[in-house]
Amino acid sequence: MSSTTLSAPATAALPRTARRALAVVLGLAVLLLPAFADEYWLNSILIPTIVMGLAGIGLNLLMGYAGLVSLGSAAFMSIGAFSAYNLLLRTPWLPLPLALIVAGLIAAVAGLLFGLPSLRIKGFYLAASTLGAQFFFEWLFTNFAWFSNHSLTLTISAPRLEIFGIDLRPAPGRYLLVVATTALLYWLAANIVRSRIGRDLMALRDMDKAAAVIGIPVASRKLLAYAISSFYAGVAGALFAFAYLGTSDAHSFDLDKSFEVLFIVLIGGSASLFGNFLGAAFIVLTPIFLTRLVELLGLSAVFDNGFLINLEHVLFGLTIVVLLIREPDGLAQMLRAIRARWAAWPLRA
Amino acid sequence: MQYFLTILLSGLLAGVMYAMVAIGFVLIYKASGVFNFAQGSMVLFAALTFVTLTEHGVPFWAAFLATVAVMIAGAVIIERLVLRPLADRSPLTLFMATLGLSFVIEGLAQLLMGTDVHQLDLGIDDLPLDIAGLQLSQFDLFASAVAIGLVVVLSVVFDRTRIGIALRAVADDVLAAQSIGIRLPVIWRIVWSVSGVVALIAGLLWGARQGVQFSLTMIVLKAMPVLIIGGFSSIAGAIVGGLLVGATESLADIYIGPLVNGAVSNWFAYILAVGFLLIRPSGLFGDRTIERV
Repeated sequence: MSSTTLSAPATAALPRTARRALAVVLGLAVLLLPAFADEYWLNSILIPTIVMGLAGIGLNLLMGYAGLVSLGSAAFMSIGAFSAYNLLLRTPWLPLPLALIVAGLIAAVAGLLFGLPSLRIKGFYLAASTLGAQFFFEWLFTNFAWFSNHSLTLTISAPRLEIFGIDLRPAPGRYLLVVATTALLYWLAANIVRSRIGRDLMALRDMDKAAAVIGIPVASRKLLAYAISSFYAGVAGALFAFAYLGTSDAHSFDLDKSFEVLFIVLIGGSASLFGNFLGAAFIVLTPIFLTRLVELLGLSAVFDNGFLINLEHVLFGLTIVVLLIREPDGLAQMLRAIRARWAAWPLRA
Repeated sequence: MQYFLTILLSGLLAGVMYAMVAIGFVLIYKASGVFNFAQGSMVLFAALTFVTLTEHGVPFWAAFLATVAVMIAGAVIIERLVLRPLADRSPLTLFMATLGLSFVIEGLAQLLMGTDVHQLDLGIDDLPLDIAGLQLSQFDLFASAVAIGLVVVLSVVFDRTRIGIALRAVADDVLAAQSIGIRLPVIWRIVWSVSGVVALIAGLLWGARQGVQFSLTMIVLKAMPVLIIGGFSSIAGAIVGGLLVGATESLADIYIGPLVNGAVSNWFAYILAVGFLLIRPSGLFGDRTIERV
């Protein structure tokens, strides 16, 4: 990862103890936030941003670090969501954290299967295989009522959401569940990236022949990348379904959702973990911002919802194209550049 | 048996329509190695432009020519603003760029021309014809005639003209082509224009079938398995792939569908394509140059 070299001047700006203190303060602020933030902020901004950021980490581990494509992130999210639903429902003795983990593992197995073509082909051809997953699972969860416990509307909602008897269904509870899960998985991802596995994946991405020559097991590493990525997507999907939407169905995880995750990675910056949250914030905030802007200007009568959605599409598309041309490493790289400049100030970085 | 043949034939004819879209992809892929995800939105944009013009009283051919002009202008703009700055990037980056582009084009199309479903009448009746006991739609036959005509024209252009040979040179080796004086931006403008025109024709045929509306962009997703099965770099492959996907899809819907609670045509082509990727990654007619592991 390039950030190890790039962030060097920035870290020099703050001594280690100061950074630790900052991290602790930030951590406390994040945990205490529900006491101050209102329901709207938690429900409509913070929870979706963090959950989609987590889904972004999943795709980024695959795309940014291992250089493999997926257009089917939402499919693996839906597997996580439906697995978690059935686990919570059918195995009442299974505590919530374990249910999330098992749901993630089930998604990982599916990811492994749809990652098999990566052993023979490269590049965007893989997009087809993951698109296949996208359509297949949307169909599966719509056509087999067993997955939604034969509910008439084919929707799922969390049967229970509690840890050690504490009910997590109010907004602060869901927020803390999301934050805690994401923090743990972020820490895990950071360690995966820095571990031998992460280095192997990056070597594969940069030049797979060279990676094979130095003895990296190409096939098993690629499949592992798909499995890890799908695990993250699965957990994110379960959180998205239960902590954010509350009630969802197979179409909550359609192709547009997959594109959303892809855009998060592209906008946030590939091969950056923190960038995913910047990308997610962009994706979550842009529609809210547009709606508010139109309301503020008093143009709600002129611009209807359909107009805003189309405008949003144009904006997202333009952002992607401009970022790909100007800053292929996304918002995370922009942030790094700003930090580097501040660290070197008043000199030029 | 009669029933089977009817299903097979209607599937094949639907496959011709898939092939129409796939040809647009192949053109751009051959000349620039880009999988143009925006092809579907180009189909929508072209069809919407055409319909909007005819609804304002513009005669058919004038509207057709005006839309062609719009698509060519679009191609020039895309080449200048998107393709040129990304010229030396990886195919994956370009793919992502066309994904972004597809959002821009479909968003713009609907911002400018609305989200209503437009009816499009090309003046060909959709009457079932009875040929040797098989039910065939007149419209489908017309569509396949158009597709075959298009393929013939494109193959002649590719094989016989100076521009076509330049296109193939670029497809073969970009650096070598440039070094003998072929101008890459010109080539790109030409292929994007031509695939814009192909998008218009596909848009008209699809639009006459199911109305000009947002769902037209979805055919890009159908074209992907077609391309994988046929091979990305072959126009003939696009046709055969289209026919294969069309036929297997409708047969699977009839014969496998009832076994698994409902229509399988949404994903069946993809699973077929994944099978191809595993067994024959370059498709039926593709060059062997596809990057393999």
